[in-house]
Amino acid sequence: MEVIDRTSAPAFKTVEKIEMIHATEKRLRNNIPVYAVNAGTQEIIKIEFLFSAGMFQQQMPLQATTVNSMLEEGTSKMNAAQIADAVDFYGAFLEVGVEQDNASVILYTLNKHLKATLPVVEQVIKDAMFPQEELDIHLKNKKQKFLVNNQKVATLARKHFAELIFGEKHPYGIDVKDADFEAIKRSHLIEFYKTHYTSSNCKIIMAGKVADNVYELLDAHFGGNDWDSSEPALREKNAALDTTTEREHIIYKEDAIQSAIRIGKIMFNKTHPDFHPMQVLNTIYGGYFGSRLMSNIREDKGYTYGIGSGMVSLKNAGYFFISTEVGVDVCKNAINEIYFEMNRLREELVGEEELQLVKNYMLGTFLRNSDGPFALADRFKGLLEYGLGYGYFDQYMATVKNISAAQLRDLANMYFDKNSMIELVAGKR
Amino acid sequence: MIKYERFELANGLKVIYHQDKSTPLACINILYNVGARDENPEQTGFAHLFEHLMFGGSINIPNYDEPLQMVGGENNAFTTNDITNYYLTLPAENLETGFWLESDRMLSLAFSDKSLEVQRNVVIEEFKQRYLNQPYGDVWLLLRPMAYKEHPYKWDTIGKEISHIENAQMEDVKKFFRKFYCPNNAIMVVAGSVEVEEVKQLAGKWFGPIPKGPENKRNLPEEPVQTKARSLTVERDVPVDAIYKAYHMCSRYDTEYYAVDLISDILSRGNSSRLHNVLIKEKQLFSDINAYVMGDFDKGLFVISGKLTKGVSMEQVDAAINEELQKIKTELVNEDELTKVKNKMEASHEFGEVDVLNKATNLAIAELLGDAGMINQEVEKYLAVTAAQIKEQANLIFDEKNCSTLYYKSKK
Repeated sequence: MEVIDRTSAPAFKTVEKIEMIHATEKRLRNNIPVYAVNAGTQEIIKIEFLFSAGMFQQQMPLQATTVNSMLEEGTSKMNAAQIADAVDFYGAFLEVGVEQDNASVILYTLNKHLKATLPVVEQVIKDAMFPQEELDIHLKNKKQKFLVNNQKVATLARKHFAELIFGEKHPYGIDVKDADFEAIKRSHLIEFYKTHYTSSNCKIIMAGKVADNVYELLDAHFGGNDWDSSEPALREKNAALDTTTEREHIIYKEDAIQSAIRIGKIMFNKTHPDFHPMQVLNTIYGGYFGSRLMSNIREDKGYTYGIGSGMVSLKNAGYFFISTEVGVDVCKNAINEIYFEMNRLREELVGEEELQLVKNYMLGTFLRNSDGPFALADRFKGLLEYGLGYGYFDQYMATVKNISAAQLRDLANMYFDKNSMIELVAGKR
Repeated sequence: MIKYERFELANGLKVIYHQDKSTPLACINILYNVGARDENPEQTGFAHLFEHLMFGGSINIPNYDEPLQMVGGENNAFTTNDITNYYLTLPAENLETGFWLESDRMLSLAFSDKSLEVQRNVVIEEFKQRYLNQPYGDVWLLLRPMAYKEHPYKWDTIGKEISHIENAQMEDVKKFFRKFYCPNNAIMVVAGSVEVEEVKQLAGKWFGPIPKGPENKRNLPEEPVQTKARSLTVERDVPVDAIYKAYHMCSRYDTEYYAVDLISDILSRGNSSRLHNVLIKEKQLFSDINAYVMGDFDKGLFVISGKLTKGVSMEQVDAAINEELQKIKTELVNEDELTKVKNKMEASHEFGEVDVLNKATNLAIAELLGDAGMINQEVEKYLAVTAAQIKEQANLIFDEKNCSTLYYKSKK
């Protein structure tokens, strides 16, 4: 038998180039853009209808999410149960969701059932009625979920942190309160729906095995001029940042066994030239299992089950954050270590081997996150919202490959300043 | 249809190979046939703690994660009551790194004291984060010992109590390793953009020299048939009352499993399901409700759980659930409803085949259950279920005498 050396690693290659299947663009009669990622091996398709109808666009709390989740609760021709039956019968999945900058309705179906399910999606998107009775049930149940989630220190920290860094009146900062469930009325939903779920405010992204007849079907159901609005989408309100001037904050919870810690600051979104370099710095600091934060606070000290940091890009802003849950007895120590690791990046150069590892890991992750039709579509969506092209990914790869330890130290000095970080603990400290 | 090849090394390691050229990735999934059910009742949570220790360095490689990250790979693992499963994905051309890492920790761990000490703390924090510091987090710590009196499913994978984790000693770690972490107790699936010759060569090279371990014959106590309704009421600092009903059901090996799984879909999959329509929408007794099978390998549990609407009593919801169960026990499901849940099953299956790692994990589990090929027969088995079988299983399961109910009340 071959004698093998188990102590040294086998030879390997770094990811040099990534072959990505690009989205193609076509237009429906009414000019709705349809982007398609034709990939994959299964006879399935995902069609996402994307609307500029997120938190940022809403005029009051709960408006965007309630409109979105009530779409399936009744049209002029079908009630909620009939809609659910019609989708479920074909084994399809209808998924709705709201993010900060957009809202979506997603259909997942076997290709053979697309023809049967698309008419239901058409009704849901173009003819939602928001029945009062369904709205009452929806709000009552949502409020219960809201109360349960507010028991969790991680939820408290996440929501309040956004309020602290953006300001309590900023569209990205507004935190839902108990009273909002009483304030939202059917008329608010209809107003938002009529002006935001319109053909001129819609984009379509599809992924999977895309057959030619899909465009005809989409055009038949969504290509007409019958669902635009004469009124413009409601004006976006003032979104001036109003970051808290206090640095340290606490949401005290007497019976907490663990405290949720959230530390961070306003930064910038992915259109900023420092975004890619900061993604590398963030990965080293808290962006993967072997990060400085994980190695120190979990794998050396055992203070937590997990700790991480991230760069968040929104259409109109961006921020950086660190998040963890730790035993209340070690909360202070954990916070000290979080800053200790920040300082280390400001003062010392990242070692050659660690830097190489992070670069290789990031390229591998990029490859993994571009695998399969749905991942490719998500990648594309991340470009579309910012008006970026596929060249953006080449820039990303180049930054990851070429960035130096000195550049990273300079970035840390520019952005990882303890005095600029907002610190929030939910629980006890 | 997932095509695969299977071969076995002389030391008993089973290897399954599946090619998927549509991805630039490869993955290795190694399933060890050991779970929380194999633990000593005085040392519960050990299988899961051990999973953490598997990342604490092996005999020749001081750190598991770094070399994998260096080649662009990523990994994770999970422990259930039945199995411990480790998986990694990496660029396909770097497949050998995965073989090197996985074979070394199967050969022997480093058994570092520091790793044991730290991971004990990490797991204790996990215990707090997921079970103690979450609303309703302790449900399974209460429900399992009520539903099971003899079978080791009576404790959760995290363990019965924190002290069991605190007391874990290095000697126990070593014994556990020698007993369970050997090639003849494992199934390896290699999938992705790789060739079978390469997989055979690498498997022989890296795993071939690992000595065979002892044969483990599992001899778990059988859970006696439950003959009386069981219940427990607790009060906790949660905003909303909740109810959990757990019924004994067949095992994952039984042919009846497919009918039972479809019952859970009829009751609660999607917004067209019965419990959603009747109990949330029509009667407005719940803000959310679910029915599901736990998927345990040995005889398992069918669970119905829900959060009550404010002002509704436990008696009311208990009666309403029973009324729905009575329907499925006495009336045959109609053709459309049965077709609906079958179509849903078929579609989920198709969507599940997009991800190569998901396929690899499912192949490993199917092989452990008896035959990797089962993965391609699953849909057929669901499609073959009849309305009469559904009724029959509903009658066997939904009996208050076969049920453990947890009334989880909000402390006012």
